Formats: sequence, structure tokens, C-alpha cells
Amino acid sequence: MSKVLLKVNNLKKYFPIRTGMFARVTGHVKAVDDVSFEVYEGETLGIVGESGCGKSTTGRTIMRLTEPTEGKIEFDGTDLTDLSNEDMRKIRREIQMVFQDPYASLNPRHTIEKILEEPLIVHGMGDGAERKKKVMEYLKIVGLSEYHAKRYPHQFSGGQRQRVGIARALMTNPKLIIADEPVSALDVSIQAQVLNLMKQLQEDLKLTYIFIAHDLGVVRHISDRVGVMYLGRMVELATSESLYDKPLHPYTQALLSAVPIPDPEFQGDQMLLTGDIPSPSNPPSGCTFHTRCPFATEECKQKAPNLREIKPGHSVACHLYNDQ
Amino acid sequence: MSELASKQIVAQEKVAGPWKEAWRSFRKSKAALFGLAIVTFFIIIAFIGPLVAPFGMNDQVLSNRLQPPSAEHWFGTDDLGRDIFSRVLYGARISLTVGFSAVLLSAVMGSFLGIIAGYYGRWIDTIISRIFDIMLAFPSILLAIAVVSILGPSLQNALIAIAIINVPTFGRLIRSRVLMIKQEEYIVAARAIGMKNSRILWNHILPNSMTPVIVQGTLAIATAIIEAAALGFLGLGAVAPQAEWGKMLADARVYFINAPWAMVFPGISIMLTVIGFNLMGDGLRDALDPKMKN
Repeated sequence: MSKVLLKVNNLKKYFPIRTGMFARVTGHVKAVDDVSFEVYEGETLGIVGESGCGKSTTGRTIMRLTEPTEGKIEFDGTDLTDLSNEDMRKIRREIQMVFQDPYASLNPRHTIEKILEEPLIVHGMGDGAERKKKVMEYLKIVGLSEYHAKRYPHQFSGGQRQRVGIARALMTNPKLIIADEPVSALDVSIQAQVLNLMKQLQEDLKLTYIFIAHDLGVVRHISDRVGVMYLGRMVELATSESLYDKPLHPYTQALLSAVPIPDPEFQGDQMLLTGDIPSPSNPPSGCTFHTRCPFATEECKQKAPNLREIKPGHSVACHLYNDQ
Repeated sequence: MSELASKQIVAQEKVAGPWKEAWRSFRKSKAALFGLAIVTFFIIIAFIGPLVAPFGMNDQVLSNRLQPPSAEHWFGTDDLGRDIFSRVLYGARISLTVGFSAVLLSAVMGSFLGIIAGYYGRWIDTIISRIFDIMLAFPSILLAIAVVSILGPSLQNALIAIAIINVPTFGRLIRSRVLMIKQEEYIVAARAIGMKNSRILWNHILPNSMTPVIVQGTLAIATAIIEAAALGFLGLGAVAPQAEWGKMLADARVYFINAPWAMVFPGISIMLTVIGFNLMGDGLRDALDPKMKN
């Protein structure tokens, strides 16, 4: 295995709920609750889950766009949670982000050239001419042309804008890119183009990705390993093949069985989940999934399971595998 | 055919920035263009008025008191025998200067306070917002009168008073805009890139908060001109012999029955300028920010 680039330990992000006249804290939304994982250099770690499961918050908390409540984030040997705001700002050069909505993530009043040049200016990289050259170079790398540089975001299609978003993330030569649902706002035909572009860039530029998505097919296409999140917790973490071939956690099994199979004759067993996702401000006791799990036992209601490696490269947080 | 193709390429290369697009939609409204024409007309008068005025602002010919409009005195003369047409021309400069400077001053102060309150939030926001609330609790003209009473009546102090009473309007406008823009993904993206707060504020939030300020500013110029005239009318703004339109109204009030022209022409000037700025402001609002229309 290659080197660990990012190590997240017991990361928690609780958002306080304030009520009443004096804005007293009356509870917490546990958006991310005790999540640990590692990201190896050069790989793509996919994170999937329903909306509201904390996957985006995990991404933003790693970049300290929202401050973590607890836990450690070790990037390339530095603990990000210890850094001052100014040091954190500087290290963002190494960790960049691609956003979900290409319509909202580009400043509508700036030309593409200005948008792409800004990361270089902010981190004091190169002089004017060098920066311009690099902007043109990266425009081509992401499949746009030089004459696009003088245009404004609203003159582009969603897919083109997302290419600009990716180019912006690449400008400072980062090591890690956190892609927060980068293709979910795009048409299916464009999704594949952008995904292939990201794959190509990863090979060419030796990038490491954390790829956040809710679409299991998309994640399978791009990820080496996949983590499944439910209500702020990581319930399963495995290599892509292992997870898709033999999912262990009942939640993952349900998610995978919900993926449509393009075969009208197919009569498979669908595992349907009943009930809604519980409120993260008042999560169920024990295993948070026990309210919807068809295999739940008394133990599941009492004790929260830890994420354990059941077989090489496959970890799951479920009591069903306690004796393995 | 090839000519057509090359034309298309040229059309494609042409870049329409946000401002150009706004102008394109502004141009479509006849009322807005009419407003723009009036405003331009008065701005030109403000610049060249004193040069083309047939008489001086304060040339008194007491034998010519309260003459009706004639070939020599287009708008007639006032109680001191001064040419009203010339005084109206001079007055354009005073009214527009007061309108523009007061609004510029309050827009700058209001934007600054509003941006700080909106971006930093917490107790800074609480303090600034409460001050705005207190100021807005007073009727604006009353507040202006209070400010002038403290500073003493003069055109300059009237300008300052009008600037101060308009600060909370701009401040609140910008604050709410900043609160909205702060949540936009491109601001989060700017932070993720590693931008400093100051750069985010000045390069990203400020330019994107400016459109309502421009609209509000244009409309506020109209109000400021009226407020300046009102203060002048009350004897709290311009002092004699300044040819300020409100002051002219006040001076002519006594002779209104015998010499209505002394009041009518400055009055019409105020009305036209205000209509001009209002129409232009409405047009700008529709062009820059269609969502603000209600």
C-alpha cells in the first residue's frame, strides 16, 4: 500500500440547535459523528450516503470550512485541527475542492481567466505572465479553449462550468482534491465526460481524490475504495470490488439493491427499507440503523457497533459480524 | 455562406459582460430612457448653466421686481428683481451636487457598515443593526432637522444631514445582500481556495452586492433633492442669496398670488429632476435586478 496522505480520526461535527429568546443551546445536530478513515496517496476514496448523512459536512470539515467539533485531521503529517487560521489558509493550496453546483460555485462577475488566475494570486505563485500562461495551459488540460478565457460563467453550459471548477481546483497543484458531488448537477451524458476527465487528470497529475456522491454507479466508476455513511457515521468501508460484490452492512445491501438494473427480465430480490431516515438531532440509541434494519437484535438497540475490519480491506460497523 | 460562418464566429467571440447585458435590457424600457434623458439634461445644465445664464445669480434690479415671464426674463423675476431663469439654471448645480454627494456619502458609509455587519455577524451585527433601527425609528426629515440644528443651517450641513439619514437604508440593504451572498457557493469556494477575508469581502462580496446599491442610490438622489429643497424651504439648508430651488420656493411663497411664476418654475424643476431619477432608478432596477420588482 502506498503512503497515507490524509488520516481522519474520530472526526465529529455537531451543529448546536439554539432556541428561545436567549438562543440557549438545546441540542445538537450530529452531522458527523465519530468518523475515521484514511486516504492513500494516488487513490480515490468514494463517500456515499443519502442526503443529510453528513458526507458533504465531512468534506467541508476536512478543509475546515466548518470547524470540527472534535477529532484529528492529519494531512501529509500535519494536524490540520491545530493550525491557526492563517496557516490553514496557506495549506489549502495543497487541498482543493470541486463543488456540486457549477452554476453557483463560479463568481458571475468574473471572467474565466480571472477565476482561474485567482488561486495563483492568492498563494503568490508566479508573476503576471506566468499566471496567464498557466491559465491557458489548464484551460486546455480540462478540455476548453483559449478563447473561453475572456468569457463569463453564464455563457457556458453546466459541463463546461464544471470543467472550469475542476481547472480552478488544479491551478495550485494540490495533492488532494475533495470533490463534493461534482457531477450530480449535470446531465447523465455529461457526467461520464466529466468523470473520465477527472480520472485522466488523476493519472496525469498524480492526484488523490475524496469523491463524495449519492449515486452509487458514479462512485463505483471512479473509486478505488468506498465508504458508506449513514446518519453521520461510517457504516462500511471497503475496496470498490469487495463492496459492490459482497456488501456486508444491511444498509449497504439495501442501497445496492435499490440501484436499477437495466434488464426488464430481471426479477431480483429487492431489499426495501421501511421508514424514514431518523433525525440527526435525536439519533436512535445503539446502532443508528436499528430502526430500519430487518436484522436488528436487542444488542443493536443497546450498543453502537464500531467499524472493524472483517476481512482484508473490508471494514463494517455491524453486530451481525461480531463473531468474524 | 463562408461570410455568414465568419460572422457567426465573430459574434461568438464578442463578450457580453454583466454590465452590457444590463444596458441591453435597460434600453428596452421607454420610461427609463426618458428618465435618463431628463437626468442627462439636468446634469448638462448643472455643468454649463452658469455659463449660459443670461443674468448673474444675484443680479438685483429692484425696478424690475416681480415681472411676469417675458422675452427678456423667460421665467420672470423675483421680489428682488433677479432673473428666475438664470437662478433656476444655477440651482440645478446646487441641487444635483447636494443630491449626488449626499447619496454618495451615505452609500459609502452605509455599504461599509452593512458589509461589516453582514459578513462578520455576531455582536458587530447586533450593534450596527440596532443603531440603524434607532435611526429609522425617527421620521427622516425630523432627523435631518435635528442634525442641522446641531450643526447650524447651511447647504453643506444640509448635505451632511441628508447623508446621515440615508445611511441606515443603504446599510440594511447591503447587510441583507451580504447575508445572502455569503451563503453562495462561490464564496465558500473562495475560502476553499485559501483567500483571505479581506480579499473575499472586496473582490467577491462587494461587487456582487452593488447592484441594489446602484438602484437605491439613483432613487435616493431623487429623495435627497426633495429633502434638500425641504430643508431649504424651512430655512435650514441653503442661505440667501444661494439659488437653491427649495429656498427659492420659500422666498416666493409670500408673493404667490401676485407672482406665481416665482414659485412655479423652481417647483417644476424639482419635479422634473425627481421624476427623471425615479424613472431611471426603476429602469435600472428592472435591468439589474429583476427579482427586486414587487
